[in-house]
Amino acid sequence: MTARPLQSGPGSRILDTLVLAALAVLVWQGLYEYAGDSAITSPLMTLDYAAALLRTADFWGHAHATLVAFAYSLAISIALGISLGLVLGLQRFAGDVAEPIFVALYTIPKVTLYPLILLIFGLGVSAKVAFGVIHGVIPIILFTLNAVKNISPVLLRVSRVLRLTTWQTVTTVLAPAVMPELITGVRVGFSLTMLGVLIGEMFASQRGLGFLIINGISLNNVRMTTAVILIVVVFAIAANSLLLALDRRMHRG
Amino acid sequence: MNVASPAAPAVSDKPAHARLSGVTRVFEGKLPVHALGPLDLALARGEFFSVVGPSGCGKSTLMDLIAGLNPPTAGTIIFEDKPVVGEVPDGIGAVFQEDASFPWLTVRDNVAFGLRRAGVDAVEIKRRVDYVIGFMGLKDFTAAYPAQLSGGMRQRVCIARTLVLQPRLILLDEPFGALDQQTRLLMGDELLRLWRETGATIMLITHALDEAAMLSDRVGVMSARPGRFIETLTTGWPRTRDSNIVAEASFGAVTARLWSLLRAESLKAIGADSSGAAAPEAAAG
Amino acid sequence: MSRKAAIVVTRIAVIVAAIAALEILCRVKLISPLTLIPPSQMVAVLWELLVSGKITDDIVQTFSTVALAFLLSVAAGFALGALIHALPRVRRALDPLLASYYAIPFFVFYPLLIALFGLNKIPLVVIGLVFATAAMVIATLNGLDRVPRVMQKTARVMRLSGARAVLAITLPSAAPYLFTGLKLALAYAFIGVIAGEFILSGGGLGFSIAYAYNNFDSQTMYALMLFVLLVVTVVNGVLHVIEQRMLARRAGR
Repeated sequence: MTARPLQSGPGSRILDTLVLAALAVLVWQGLYEYAGDSAITSPLMTLDYAAALLRTADFWGHAHATLVAFAYSLAISIALGISLGLVLGLQRFAGDVAEPIFVALYTIPKVTLYPLILLIFGLGVSAKVAFGVIHGVIPIILFTLNAVKNISPVLLRVSRVLRLTTWQTVTTVLAPAVMPELITGVRVGFSLTMLGVLIGEMFASQRGLGFLIINGISLNNVRMTTAVILIVVVFAIAANSLLLALDRRMHRG
Repeated sequence: MNVASPAAPAVSDKPAHARLSGVTRVFEGKLPVHALGPLDLALARGEFFSVVGPSGCGKSTLMDLIAGLNPPTAGTIIFEDKPVVGEVPDGIGAVFQEDASFPWLTVRDNVAFGLRRAGVDAVEIKRRVDYVIGFMGLKDFTAAYPAQLSGGMRQRVCIARTLVLQPRLILLDEPFGALDQQTRLLMGDELLRLWRETGATIMLITHALDEAAMLSDRVGVMSARPGRFIETLTTGWPRTRDSNIVAEASFGAVTARLWSLLRAESLKAIGADSSGAAAPEAAAG
Repeated sequence: MSRKAAIVVTRIAVIVAAIAALEILCRVKLISPLTLIPPSQMVAVLWELLVSGKITDDIVQTFSTVALAFLLSVAAGFALGALIHALPRVRRALDPLLASYYAIPFFVFYPLLIALFGLNKIPLVVIGLVFATAAMVIATLNGLDRVPRVMQKTARVMRLSGARAVLAITLPSAAPYLFTGLKLALAYAFIGVIAGEFILSGGGLGFSIAYAYNNFDSQTMYALMLFVLLVVTVVNGVLHVIEQRMLARRAGR
């Protein structure tokens, strides 16, 4: 076997990514040096504090609140998003009418609608869930809609020539055909749902990781804030990377 | 029709417009790919020379070398008595297989593009552009955008854009590849007309044997990768020819000869392609 | 009527019907005026606010912050995108980051930014930048990727040197995709800035909405919400139309 130069292969890619991560930590350290303890904590201290936090029951109480709200939001976003997307994708006319409306909704700052949500749901878990849903449902609708719209007509002709039943057509031809795009939509919806829930917690709740972050600043507990942010970001990246791997596998197959 | 048997095309006593001697091209990489050569080629000034060969034999690489788009790994390329070294010399025009018309410019602006970049004055640009547009039958489309035109029209725009720069050597790499057969035949006639009017030397790469047989003064047949000229046929057609040449009895003989040469090489090419490696390694399995 | 016209008419009808339904439900008090005021009233109050100049300061503040974030992000995004495109190894290393970028809930960094830079425009611009620059980078990479290789060959055959080739061929070829980046950058700048003003700031439209909410001034609140919705929708809509025209001119390339 010939020796391969370091230039190629997945090994070097991991190395490169690690180098970038190290650079990011250096920038972080630099910010800390510049701004001091009252603004941000150093990477090392943050890791330390975060590790300690993860051992307290109090932290997990808040994390639990966030995760519960997030789970509800995600379930609703997926159910609502996929069913609406399917209907609008199959009903070509309705889909064409509705799509630009959803695209427009996608680009407006949803924070503008928050007061309305709060007035309807009051302060509490349902408001958080609603925030999550309004953020996450739209990309799922749009991706599903487009996936269905873009099903190649030749697939349906083949199903008819093979004399498949409607059920068989849907489960063995259409579902696999739309699955990759659907997964991409769910992946994007996942991140946005989490964002919505966190923002909701940041100003309309007394429980949850978003609350911890904001609370940390008002109590001048910068260590808490930085640590929780780190935990949240790491979780977000990890979850997204897993979904991304799934996404890529679905697209390759 | 007479067939020149030596592997290298016959070298006339006139000075060649372009000459390749011992040219080789090897692509570096994890596994070096010996794409072309060593080969020799002499293009006589004003001749119409076609290159045919199995897929993957290096026809496009040959064009890149002559145009100066890529340097040869070994050997020399001379154009108009000057060596070509990795830079495109003045006087060469190229039309590629893919549509290279600029979608953001109208037909007129597309054709005028090269002249404007070269700083030619506006009056001269208008004169030359008008002439070439008329010549290529694009007069009714000067304000249209390429997206509004058919594939054949877009290729005409690319040819017009090249012509307007008055190149002395025109290289064409399967320019009609994406077109249907009828359009190809008509475009072939256009190409001949253009060739007669400009007196340029033309090298056409094509996979269509009838096209090569019908249009050219000489046809070079390339072997499977690494591409070398195994034979060059001289058709002996008159300069005034057009697509009706297919009626000639000898046309069939030319095409038949091309195919008999090509058939063996094409089979070799399929065998080599399945492993992706250079031909000798493909022999196993 | 053609299908296209029918779609547009239906869409307008749907929107008008929705607004009319809201209007009726509010007037009949089926929706409490504490939750939502009738759309006609929203318009009336907004008009009055605009004419009286009461919200002019807010408008100027928000729009100037958005403009700043937008311009900086477009310039930085394009420069970075072009740079990364020219360095394939860097690009490969950054790939996982770019793929997970929008999964990170950037709003959680707000408190830190305030602690670092103070309660002024800077945190808002930074968040807007962070959101919008990535979109421009991705769009630039995509646009440069899509320049057909035959264009570069054509440039060389026409003996155009580096910079001239880029200006005359590469940039016009990538233009529609660069414009998409512009469109996204503006949308993200709006989202980032207005959300920031809403959550923690001392001025601008976002803050005024939150302030009105906290003071139970639903009239002003809804008027402002309507204003933001209208402005963002119109601006994004116009950019979308221009983008579609640019892409249509290229039809099929």
